[in-house]
Amino acid sequence: MFIIKCPYCGERDHSEFSYGGEAHLVRPKQPTELSDDQWAEYLFMRKNIKGLQYERWNHSHGCRRWFNMARDTSNDKIHSVYKIGEKANK
Amino acid sequence: MKKKYSIFALIKNSLSYHENWQRAWRDPEPKSQYDAVIIGGGGHGLATAYYLAKEHNLKNIAVLEKGWIGGGNTGRNTTIIRSNYLWDASAGLYDHALKIWENLSQELNYNIMFSQRGVMNLAHNQHDVRELKRRTHANRLNGIDCEWLNVQQVKKFCPIINCSPNIRYPVMGSTLQRRAGTARHDAVAWGYARGADSMGVDIIQNCEVKGIKRNGDSIEGIETTKGFIKTKKVGVVAAGHSSVIANMAGLRLPLESKPLQALVSEPIKPIIDTVVMSNAVHAYVSQSDKGELVIGAGTDSYISYTQKGTHEIVEGTLKAILELYPIFSRLRMLRQWGGVVDICPDASPLISKTSIKGLYFNCGWGTGGFKATPGSGHLFAHTIAKDEPHALNAAFNINRFVSGDLVDEHGAAAVAH
Repeated sequence: MFIIKCPYCGERDHSEFSYGGEAHLVRPKQPTELSDDQWAEYLFMRKNIKGLQYERWNHSHGCRRWFNMARDTSNDKIHSVYKIGEKANK
Repeated sequence: MKKKYSIFALIKNSLSYHENWQRAWRDPEPKSQYDAVIIGGGGHGLATAYYLAKEHNLKNIAVLEKGWIGGGNTGRNTTIIRSNYLWDASAGLYDHALKIWENLSQELNYNIMFSQRGVMNLAHNQHDVRELKRRTHANRLNGIDCEWLNVQQVKKFCPIINCSPNIRYPVMGSTLQRRAGTARHDAVAWGYARGADSMGVDIIQNCEVKGIKRNGDSIEGIETTKGFIKTKKVGVVAAGHSSVIANMAGLRLPLESKPLQALVSEPIKPIIDTVVMSNAVHAYVSQSDKGELVIGAGTDSYISYTQKGTHEIVEGTLKAILELYPIFSRLRMLRQWGGVVDICPDASPLISKTSIKGLYFNCGWGTGGFKATPGSGHLFAHTIAKDEPHALNAAFNINRFVSGDLVDEHGAAAVAH
């Protein structure tokens, strides 16, 4: 159980939020020029890190805005939250 | 050679107050070199080692386990066994396992308490009804027993289910696989461990893998907390931690590891003699031989390796359980726990070679790996020994995420993942 600090709304219970997976995955600009391997790598392959992970969250039962979070997946401790387009505070 | 377990052995050992039973498996130190090393001493890993030794004549094998054997998801699941999957590839895989389950106690000379008490999958809306009827037909075409029960038949087969049409998600029918059921999870790990050990497999507990040494595109050995082990073949059966091992080898897998929870009630007299699963409301329940109700909850949505999930998940499951079984309303829950499950995007497993020669993965079983334990070990052993998949696990290769030939069992498996 953890409290998430939405960068727009402040601290809320995590049940208000939806998880959006690994952050900073950039959709390739020209998918048609990729090989099947490269496309699979973008679409399916994940780091699935045990430790500090950068991930996307959506405040789905609040302001409904997307933001990023740095969280340690081995103990669910949140290190920082930051807006889309910003860099993580380490 | 292991002494056989039998009624005579029981009587004989009772004379010495059961103090002189032979150890079920040794506790060896790792050798410096093995023909094959299995990472992960759960049911799947131990079964893999067992079949490598038994059917492929590899004797110099080690199973490395960072904790104790059967202490991960093998010891944390709800022990349900069934094979009523929709797609042909899955039906082949899971029914292969079910057929091995049916004779496993005899084969291992170890009572795994396999009980074919039947598994029901309830339908709660028109879509469920159509989907489950379709699956019934698909199962039958694949030679898997499956029947459709209407509401009256559901009530007759499992009388404690609330079949009132006035509940929020009324029961509209159910599938029933009579050959399905449960087994004793610990016994499966212990039985395979004893069997593998008697054929010379070294089971090394408290030995964590720290790194994988590669020479270009082949395996040289593995770094462990008990030193370096030289080997050319590594089979990874590390469940929720598969990606951690993959990262050591410089690979990425299509997996996400999430917490999955289960809970048991206080023990009560026999009240439910089958397994009832419901996808739509996410509740499934059976009763252990000790009398506890064994209840499976769902996964949390986010990646976590904490082996604990959130309270809402348990609450949601218990709400559904109470609506379906008002008779349980005054029961107290004794224990609740979580495990880390590795889920593939198509909710089907990987039993596969990789781009690195000699490195094999058996993972991605998600929320339903226990049922497949014997089949998974059997097919993975084949894949490792022959360096090519068995016909039954050919569809479950990593390359399906490149080719697009997915085995989409998300809805088809009839449980939410």
